[in-house]
Amino acid sequence: MIAYILRRLFIAIPTLLLLVVASFFLMHLAPGGPFTSERPLPPAVLANIEARYGLDKPLLLQLWDYLTNIILHFDFGPSFVFKDRDVNDIIAQGFPISLTYGSLAFLAASIVGIGLGIAAAIKHNSWIDYTAVSLGIAAQALPNFIMGPILILTFTLWLGLLPGGGWYGGQWQYLIMPVIALSTSYMGSIARITRSSMLEVMNSNFIRTARAKGLPARTVIWRHALKPTLLPVISYLGPVFVYVLTGSVFVDLYFSTGGLGQAYVSSALTRDYAVLLGVTILYGALTVFVNLLTDLAYAWFDPKIRY
Amino acid sequence: MKDMTRLTLSALLSSTLLAGTALAQAAHPETGEPLAENQTFTYRVLDELSSLDPQVVEDVIGSEFARDLFEGLMNQDEDGNLVPGVATDYDVSDDKLTYTFHLRDNAKWSNGEPVTAGDFVFAWRRAADPALASPYQWYMELMSLKNASAIVAGEMPPEELGVKAVDDHTLEVTLSEPLPYFPQMVTHATTFPAPQAVIEEFGTDWTKPENMVSNGAYVIEEHLPNERAVRVRNEQYWDNENTIIDRVVTLVINDENVALTRYLAGELDRTEVPAGQFPRLQKEYPDEAISFPRLCNYYYTFNLSDSGPEAFKDVNVRKALSLAVDRDIITKNIKAGGEPSAYTFTPEAVAGFTPPTVDMANMTQAERDAKAKDLMAEAGYGPDNKLSFDMIYNTDQAHEKIAVALSQMWKQKLGVEVSLANMEWKVFLETRGQQDFDLARGAWCGDYNEASTFLDLLDSGSGYNDGKYSNPEYDKLLEQAKTADDTTPLYTQAEEIIAEDAPVIPIYHYAGVYMLDSDVGNWPVNNVEQNWYSKNLYKIAE
Amino acid sequence: MFGKSRKAEALAADITDFSAVRGRSLWRDAMDRFLRNKAAMASVVILGAVVLFVIFGPLFAQWSNEEIDWGRMGDIVGQGRPSLETGHFFGLDELGRDLYSRVIQATRTSLLVGLIGAGMALIVGTLYGVVAGFYGGRLDSAMMRVVDILLAIPLTLVIILILVIAGRSFMTLFIALGAVSWLTMARIVRGQTLTLKTREFIEAARAGGVSEGKIILRHILPNLLGVVIVYASLLVPEMILAESFISFLGLGISEPNTSLGRLIAEGAGTMAYGTLWQLLVPLFFYVTIIMTMFFIGDGLRDALDPKDR
Repeated sequence: MIAYILRRLFIAIPTLLLLVVASFFLMHLAPGGPFTSERPLPPAVLANIEARYGLDKPLLLQLWDYLTNIILHFDFGPSFVFKDRDVNDIIAQGFPISLTYGSLAFLAASIVGIGLGIAAAIKHNSWIDYTAVSLGIAAQALPNFIMGPILILTFTLWLGLLPGGGWYGGQWQYLIMPVIALSTSYMGSIARITRSSMLEVMNSNFIRTARAKGLPARTVIWRHALKPTLLPVISYLGPVFVYVLTGSVFVDLYFSTGGLGQAYVSSALTRDYAVLLGVTILYGALTVFVNLLTDLAYAWFDPKIRY
Repeated sequence: MKDMTRLTLSALLSSTLLAGTALAQAAHPETGEPLAENQTFTYRVLDELSSLDPQVVEDVIGSEFARDLFEGLMNQDEDGNLVPGVATDYDVSDDKLTYTFHLRDNAKWSNGEPVTAGDFVFAWRRAADPALASPYQWYMELMSLKNASAIVAGEMPPEELGVKAVDDHTLEVTLSEPLPYFPQMVTHATTFPAPQAVIEEFGTDWTKPENMVSNGAYVIEEHLPNERAVRVRNEQYWDNENTIIDRVVTLVINDENVALTRYLAGELDRTEVPAGQFPRLQKEYPDEAISFPRLCNYYYTFNLSDSGPEAFKDVNVRKALSLAVDRDIITKNIKAGGEPSAYTFTPEAVAGFTPPTVDMANMTQAERDAKAKDLMAEAGYGPDNKLSFDMIYNTDQAHEKIAVALSQMWKQKLGVEVSLANMEWKVFLETRGQQDFDLARGAWCGDYNEASTFLDLLDSGSGYNDGKYSNPEYDKLLEQAKTADDTTPLYTQAEEIIAEDAPVIPIYHYAGVYMLDSDVGNWPVNNVEQNWYSKNLYKIAE
Repeated sequence: MFGKSRKAEALAADITDFSAVRGRSLWRDAMDRFLRNKAAMASVVILGAVVLFVIFGPLFAQWSNEEIDWGRMGDIVGQGRPSLETGHFFGLDELGRDLYSRVIQATRTSLLVGLIGAGMALIVGTLYGVVAGFYGGRLDSAMMRVVDILLAIPLTLVIILILVIAGRSFMTLFIALGAVSWLTMARIVRGQTLTLKTREFIEAARAGGVSEGKIILRHILPNLLGVVIVYASLLVPEMILAESFISFLGLGISEPNTSLGRLIAEGAGTMAYGTLWQLLVPLFFYVTIIMTMFFIGDGLRDALDPKDR
């Protein structure tokens, strides 16, 4: 098992390298650059700026400089748009924020989602099932970007209970709305996947056999049905975890959290190459890592998988 | 001339000082209004600022910070007039090439060090230095500072810049050519002083709150990108006792509707009004919804270059399209924030500009439509020879609404087929800059309060002239205006040419449309450039 | 006139409909089960009604989807409400255009985007995932690495690039959506395949000398169907949402065309300003489509579940 993990981690290095190279060239293909502006800069000024950021060198050399700086100094370079900050600063500031509310949202979505799904499957075709299914669908039908304004209108303007945005070091009253907005739609889909998976498992032969043997329903569910039920759920949770961390641009926009999701999208729109690449690498590493975790969790839940 | 400048400035100065001595905590010294206990001003900003470094900053939001954190040679008052900053006054030589600024001796940095002429010299050289690579290097060239262009081009060392410290309190500036509005230009962030010792110690990290030293009425206390920033009173500021606001908080809120919600929930003292909401808000909050003219225009430009459509080379087509635009529908029904409809390129609010009498402005919309139909027929377009073209604009809800409305007006009135294409900002700029369009949206905000900042856009040699309009007569007028004593008639003439040639379709001129808490005192609505200073504001007790 | 007796008729039918006989055990059973599922059937009816509305709704429209009601655009809150009198059955949008016509057009776009996007993900993702999971080893590692890399490349970047290369059109939109949506599907399918291929019945088939292609087609794919279909039905709303994000970046469908995601986003922005119908009407159609897709997906899963046989 350890050999497997090491092998996977080792493979991750070329994966990330490929990711950097691919993103680097793709990025430079996009029209416009970081210094394209409504008021085109005079050529002399543009030349100075490009010289300062090394953008006047051939692309391959830029890529080489970029990679060596990362490997030798762990320096991802300066931001082209936020002139006082470098990429390391931006990630160090934004990522902990995204990680905090993202993880909380992930936990909320998984716990509530799986709970609802199991409850619905056990009480198949009962009012619990119907309530859980409707709740799940309702949660999924309300996308993040409409949750934002609805929550702020309700809790900030009408009820006056919560501040309308900001982060303030992650105090609880600033966390509630981002976590709700981010988790609801995933909560719904996790509940639905869990329910359908559990129904499938409960119908399978080995569970039927267990039941036929007269084992109590509780034992059957917790001892035998739970693990296989969670297999497809885990498949889904891996990507969801990456999504809640990276796909949180709406949360950052509506709740002014200062998270990395917004910094990322805006770096793509402003062509802030260094930030875009730096965050891409971070997200890439995260994806690889989460995928590894997913596979390990899979192996743990289903010992029959051979690696 | 020289003495008069001195007189006005010192008169203004003494009135400020007088007011200062009479300051009492409970009531405003000049108006006598009762002051609130908590002097915190909180406002919404759309985006994260580009930099806190005055020589590097390039955006409006960052400039607002720079004006609070730093103080340049001159400031603007509530009406946009020059008032003393670090300089108490200045002299101009007879050839108008040398300006001598006299600096006050009590100006201090937030670490207690005195502000000297050397700090300005350092800052100005720094701004022009290719090594810093500031996007505002061109500003040093625009100021006509001696040798600025050569320094920016890397042909001369920054030390050759036409600025020197005669002594600690005397700054001498040498220009390469006379520039009538030069004193106005030293209110801009690029010209603010910079603390050499701090910058050399910390490098680019000098703008971090824990390192930063500044000479304005405020210092930065907290800066959390994309969340908020806090600036607090600078106890070392020379006029600290006349500063009333203690804390200025900016909250970054990208969505204007969310910002309005948070304003209504009492979290903000100021926010922008979303397009179309002004009339309703004005009814519900008459004391808080305000609108005032700004120095910005909104227009569509025809592509007149070789890559542009043949139809647009016909002035009748351009005029017909311009005539058929019912501007009042756009200003009253879509924007609805008190924006004036535009029949000239330059906003009427610009100082020293008298708009010409444009025929179109005096016609009713029905007359314009009738004339537009005639002109189209004259140009050979009609039901059996339909004109069709693309129009591009950058992605934004308000731009989209206007584009849709325009296309419908043309379709219904002139039978023109228009296809709309919205583009992501950088793609849009690239496409427009490469003349890869038929009709493109444009907007411009004045760099300074003078008509040339707008009219230069249509100069055939301008790098901003995306439609590639070219008229030698027009270029000549602008050339003359650079040295003329009275520029007003020249600018009026230039606008007449624009009206005649119709290279652009002016739609409206911007207004500042805010929700401003009624307990905020002295917001400078008459400063069309919206160069405001927190130190001039105050909060009234409710 | 050819069939003389009932028996001969039935026989003839049986002979000519040979495939149906073979399929009866699998597909007809599934069909029966699906038909018995009330929620799924109700959803089919409702979704069918939506589709009919999209097709025949324009016949009743008093205004086109791009015409601006100049007389009423200045007072949307007062005069733009849904009303039979004005001919604006669903009211006006922010600019004074008829929401009835716009919603019909938007629903059509969103249905297409959802179905085609999910369809592409389903086909590409399933094939890719099955191959990777079934053959395992180096091929699996290599294929999953590609997925990892693609998953980590930002959507925005991919979409902007596709726009540059292909230009803006419906086709571009589908390519862009397809390019990013099959990846998760591939991972899920591969995970399931890994589990499946260690199951006894696959081992048995292998031992019995059944070819690999047949094992995939006959044993793996049918067993995957349940999960794949449920996930595909999750993808439909995701595609509709992804489309609104693309439009938000300025790369989606351009005016005067619109989509439900976009109408909802616009309506959500102005929901506090007294024009709630601008949110509720498109949201109603959006939720209806998503709910019916979910129930149909669940119904299909229950019906297609081969383990029930």
